[in-house]
Amino acid sequence: MQGAIDSTPVVTGHEVAAHEEHQDLRVLGLITFLASEFLMFAGFFAVFLVFRGSHVQWPPEETEVELLLPAVNTLILVSSSWVINLGTKAIKKNDLAGMRKWFGITAAMGAIFLAGQVYEYMNLGYGLKTNLFSNCFYLTTGFHGAHVFIGLVLILGVLWRSRRANHYTDITHTGPEMAEIYWHFVDVVWIVLFSLIYLLTLI
Amino acid sequence: MAQADISIKPTELQGGHGHPDKWKWYDYFTFNVDHKVIGIQYLVTSFLFYLVGGFMAVLMRTELATPNSDFLSPELYNAFLTNHGTIMIFLWIVPAAIGGFGNFLIPLMIGARDMAFPKLNAIAFWLNPPAGAVLAASFFLGGGAQSGWTSYPPLSEITANLPQTLWCVALIMVGTSSILGSVNFLVTIWKMRVPSMAWDQMPLFCWAMVATSVLALFATPVLAAAMVLLLFDINFGTSFFKPDAGGNVVVYQHLFWFYSHPAVYLMILPIFGIMSEVIPVHARKPIFGYKAIAYSSLTICLVGLFVWVHHMFTSGTAPWMRIFFTISTLIVAVPTGIKIFSWVATLWGGKIRYTTAMLFAVGLLSMFVFGGLSGVTLGAAPFDIHVHDTYYVVGHFHYVLYGGSVFGIYSGIYHWFPKITGRMLNEPLGKVHFVLTFIGTILTFTPMHNLGMQGMPRRVAMYDPQFAHLNQLVTVGAYILAVSVIPFYFNVIWSWMKGKEAGPNPWNAMTMEWTTDSPPIIENWEVLPVLTHGPYAYGMERSDEVGPAGEPLPASRS
Repeated sequence: MQGAIDSTPVVTGHEVAAHEEHQDLRVLGLITFLASEFLMFAGFFAVFLVFRGSHVQWPPEETEVELLLPAVNTLILVSSSWVINLGTKAIKKNDLAGMRKWFGITAAMGAIFLAGQVYEYMNLGYGLKTNLFSNCFYLTTGFHGAHVFIGLVLILGVLWRSRRANHYTDITHTGPEMAEIYWHFVDVVWIVLFSLIYLLTLI
Repeated sequence: MAQADISIKPTELQGGHGHPDKWKWYDYFTFNVDHKVIGIQYLVTSFLFYLVGGFMAVLMRTELATPNSDFLSPELYNAFLTNHGTIMIFLWIVPAAIGGFGNFLIPLMIGARDMAFPKLNAIAFWLNPPAGAVLAASFFLGGGAQSGWTSYPPLSEITANLPQTLWCVALIMVGTSSILGSVNFLVTIWKMRVPSMAWDQMPLFCWAMVATSVLALFATPVLAAAMVLLLFDINFGTSFFKPDAGGNVVVYQHLFWFYSHPAVYLMILPIFGIMSEVIPVHARKPIFGYKAIAYSSLTICLVGLFVWVHHMFTSGTAPWMRIFFTISTLIVAVPTGIKIFSWVATLWGGKIRYTTAMLFAVGLLSMFVFGGLSGVTLGAAPFDIHVHDTYYVVGHFHYVLYGGSVFGIYSGIYHWFPKITGRMLNEPLGKVHFVLTFIGTILTFTPMHNLGMQGMPRRVAMYDPQFAHLNQLVTVGAYILAVSVIPFYFNVIWSWMKGKEAGPNPWNAMTMEWTTDSPPIIENWEVLPVLTHGPYAYGMERSDEVGPAGEPLPASRS
């Protein structure tokens, strides 16, 4: 078989998996993975709910959460999900400049979210070790923040790669699509987290 | 489906695309993306960890041969206890059964050239050796984790913090590996079957791997969450599991068992798949109840996610929860019983060849019925409360893990060794191995049930002298098991080098992996196979026109 003459390009399993033609598989793989990762957050949320249910005062007096800043932050993050969707819609119409614009705005919004979170941490007046509520608070929001950071890196990676000519077109756009799916995941987790940790303190 | 168009192209040729026709020996020690290499890497490393974990068990049984603690120091005994469990579960059975067989067989069984994500696959494997190294390092940095493989707080938070941290890190690594592997298996089975193979023409091993992967996907991240919380408690001063600061130790147990109960199905479902492949081949009969076996795997997967509290009947669980979890636990016995019934019915009237693979499969049947029944008794809360944390529990889970999972892995090795290496294993030596293993298993784990009924607690190095005789019997059994691996390892190493050439299909099996060379060439087939008959169409007059359960194959399926 070695050196057989064959004018058609040979496609092998190895190339197949890393090849642009197999975007459907990669998107599927990401969704499967995110389903799994959601369960890790579910574990944290379950722990939080158990503690909330078993304590009379929750959160305790000295560790009440700030509400205005996270609400603004939530608005920014949730709306960034629409923005990134505009970006992938643009690339599906082969509008590279549009994609870069919307992805850039999304990245900026993500960065603002992270900066807001850091600002919130610095001004709350209590730390990770203060009490059980602050343990839960910093752990869950911190883990979510780490995921936002990863999403931000993905988006910046897409922007970096989009400099290459014809890297993303109306046919090959798995990268932006996967970044978008990941960003939505981060968003959905935040909505659950915000409801549990911030909104439930109002009741 | 773009990949389908490519894979059915009949003009595909090998050798024209820059990589060799065969791997060199050193390719097996590198970051290789071929699913067969990764499967072998998983199998070989897990068999090495099996020796390490087994060595710890032998030392512990030597200690337990006498009632007094006079062989190992208490700390070392606890560290061996912890790491024996951890290594055997996370670095031996799970990687061998899921990673090893799954990676090697799934693409071959469904007619794919590789897994869906070859690089991810290699990453998943290469998380395992460092995890083992971290566990090994923990022995030199503070004597190893000492709080049992469950690592319940508060014990795990007050003993040997650095090794406990390393233990958590190792578990997160193998957990990540397991999740990445599951993603790969699911997408591969879902999307990369040959176009002519419908879901209900897939070998049952693949069905078992679907159930396994779904279970790993949903259960493992919860363990990761528990490990992260424990890490924070130990190292960063949080108090999730510290009752004096408002934390709750039972929360850890919930998170831990939400993974670790399904983990027993992770360890047995692939084995059920192996059984469903080995039995029809060596009994020369179509499998009985193809759909029943396939769907019972999925049922076990589903029900298995709702039974974890039966490990916590004595942790202050509310009575209504005990009722719910008793019932759900007992329900798991139903799909398992369906499988056992189907295998026995497959054997019934078959033209059975007692090869070593078949001996281990039949041995597994008897062992697993025994271990499964003691599991049913433990699932019932009243009885469980009586024997909780006694040797009855130890006897039960070793019966299903050794008599079940390990027998299944052996059976699979004897069955697929010709495919993996191209050479046959030595059958007489294999039979010696089987007899030693069978006797050793019964002698080691049966008396444990008696010890437990009489009240001997588990996890201890010293015990009341009245238990001494039975414990000596158990220790003798453990030594027999230790000796039993010698003919096996010798057989494998010797046969791999000098064994009889196997040829493509030494067992005359019908599944697709036997249609290629042994060992398979790098892209598995020169021209991808087309499905002409079901995987278990034995003894049919026109075997090329029947489906898995013997029914005629519809004209066009895709």
